[in-house]
Amino acid sequence: MRNATLRKGPTLMPEPVDAIVEVRGVSKSYGNVEALRGIDLDFPRGKLTSLLGPSGCGKTTLLKIIAGLVNADAGTISVNGRTVSKPGPERAFVFQDFALLPWATVLRNVAFGLELRGKAAAEREKIARHYIGEVGLAGFEDKYPHELSGGMRQRVGLARALSVDADVLLLDEPFSAVDEQNRRKFQEDLIRLRTTQNKTFIFVTHSIEEAVYISDRIVLLSPRPGRISQIIEPEIDRSVDPDRIHRDKHYLDTVEEIWQGLKQYVD
Amino acid sequence: MAGVGTEGGAISLAPSTGRSDAGRWQDNPTLLRVLSVVLFAGIWQIAGMIPVSFAFPTFVDTFTAFLGMIADGSLPKAYLSTLQPLILGVVLSTFLGVGVGTLCGLWRTGEWLFIPIFIVLQAAPVAAFIPMVTFIYGIGMTAKTLAVMILALPVIVLNTYKAVRNVNVSLIAMCQSFLGTRWQVVSRIILPDASPVIFAGLRLGVAAGFVGVVLAELLITPTGIGDLITFHRSRANYAAMYATIASIIALSTLTLVALEWVETRMFRPEKRGA
Ligand SMILES: Nc1ncnc2c1ncn2[C@@H]1O[C@H](COP(=O)(O)OP(=O)(O)OP(=O)(O)O)[C@@H](O)[C@H]1O
Ligand SMILES: [Mg+2]
Repeated sequence: MRNATLRKGPTLMPEPVDAIVEVRGVSKSYGNVEALRGIDLDFPRGKLTSLLGPSGCGKTTLLKIIAGLVNADAGTISVNGRTVSKPGPERAFVFQDFALLPWATVLRNVAFGLELRGKAAAEREKIARHYIGEVGLAGFEDKYPHELSGGMRQRVGLARALSVDADVLLLDEPFSAVDEQNRRKFQEDLIRLRTTQNKTFIFVTHSIEEAVYISDRIVLLSPRPGRISQIIEPEIDRSVDPDRIHRDKHYLDTVEEIWQGLKQYVD
Repeated sequence: MAGVGTEGGAISLAPSTGRSDAGRWQDNPTLLRVLSVVLFAGIWQIAGMIPVSFAFPTFVDTFTAFLGMIADGSLPKAYLSTLQPLILGVVLSTFLGVGVGTLCGLWRTGEWLFIPIFIVLQAAPVAAFIPMVTFIYGIGMTAKTLAVMILALPVIVLNTYKAVRNVNVSLIAMCQSFLGTRWQVVSRIILPDASPVIFAGLRLGVAAGFVGVVLAELLITPTGIGDLITFHRSRANYAAMYATIASIIALSTLTLVALEWVETRMFRPEKRGA
């Protein structure tokens, strides 16, 4: 039962390819807490890159700096070759706590990004309906967030980010408030969406298994101050049965290797 | 895993055993409200018939006096005079209060400038200011409108301010990340998110506005509803006096119900079912 489709790629700083997001010398401190120090990082176009590391190592901070929601103390972010310091149309964020409008239906929530851009109601709802179907929520358009489960709420958050047609999707631990069963299902859907949507995903997680399962590239961050400790490219063929990936030796070896690297930071 | 299922089942089963058919009318809110009114009227009627005091009319006498005052035009005339400053005062307090409260919630300088004033006003027995207002503005419409605003404004400002300060920051970040402008953040996130607490303040403010206008009419400006109450009391016409008092209480209650309707209809539709 050996799965030959799983290969472990080279580790440590691979050749820089066509990078859609470039992070150069980014540092950030909150008071005297140094959250990030001198981060240099490229995010390849069309790939899913995970930021992985123990709690407090600055994953959310880095993602929010890329999103333009937090200002860096030093360094620059460029997207598609242009330096950015504010949120822009080429980036969309999926929030850890969903950040849905409780007073708005699923349809309005998904269309909200387009509403803010002044798109006409009929047009934005057509787009929203398409993505509601895409994330598997067809039939729930008129429900309110409190009528949905955690997993379904995050699907709304994902559909909202897809609707604005950004090149880069920034996801901050999107599954951390979702139960394990839904999380598995959601991971499979994300892998499927990634192949159909032709977008770049930057994904924050603290689950090693999750990172290895879904990522093209994993950036390991070390805490206090947050720095890049290692970059791993699992190179897993995800066209096979998901359950086989979870049992595959190469998958398990990669998980183990990352754990050995991170173990020193966990107290 | 089985425990989760049985727990929910046990809770829903327990109250219904033994009175499964009785649960039906008990769950009908409209019927219960009508019943509550009928019960209240019944107790009033009995208390009036005992009687608890020679000055306490029965429900039927009061209701007859109410119809009589509508027929002879004295009640509509009194309301015409009372409602003008009341509506004006409440509407002004609503817009001014929500505006100032929002500004103070968003803007540090405004917070330091205005909030202490309203905290003092809310703590002070502001009814004591009403004679002062008359002293300055006479006994006309302006004085009554000001009386309404003095009572209504502080609670509206303070509730709005509190609600805006405690707005969900994650929703604001969401709006910004999807390129919302400053104005969109305020109008589409902050105000709707704050609306339950703002409306709680509006309900208290409107109720206080009713207090303000009646106080003004009782204390200083003998017109409108306040004057009608005073007039019938001086004539020992207690049924008419009680009818006037009951009518203003009923109107105040209906206004608060209408306010709640506006809230769930226009601002927080997700609470409609609850
Ligand atoms: N707004 C803030 N004010 C002050 N300190 C902050 C703030 N945000 C983050 N920090 C600190 O910066 C460090 C990095 O935080 P960050 O949220 O980026 O970590 P994280 O890797 O996302 O952690 P987690 O896995 O718990 O989400 C932490 O020590 C945190 O306490
Ligand atoms: Mg985080």
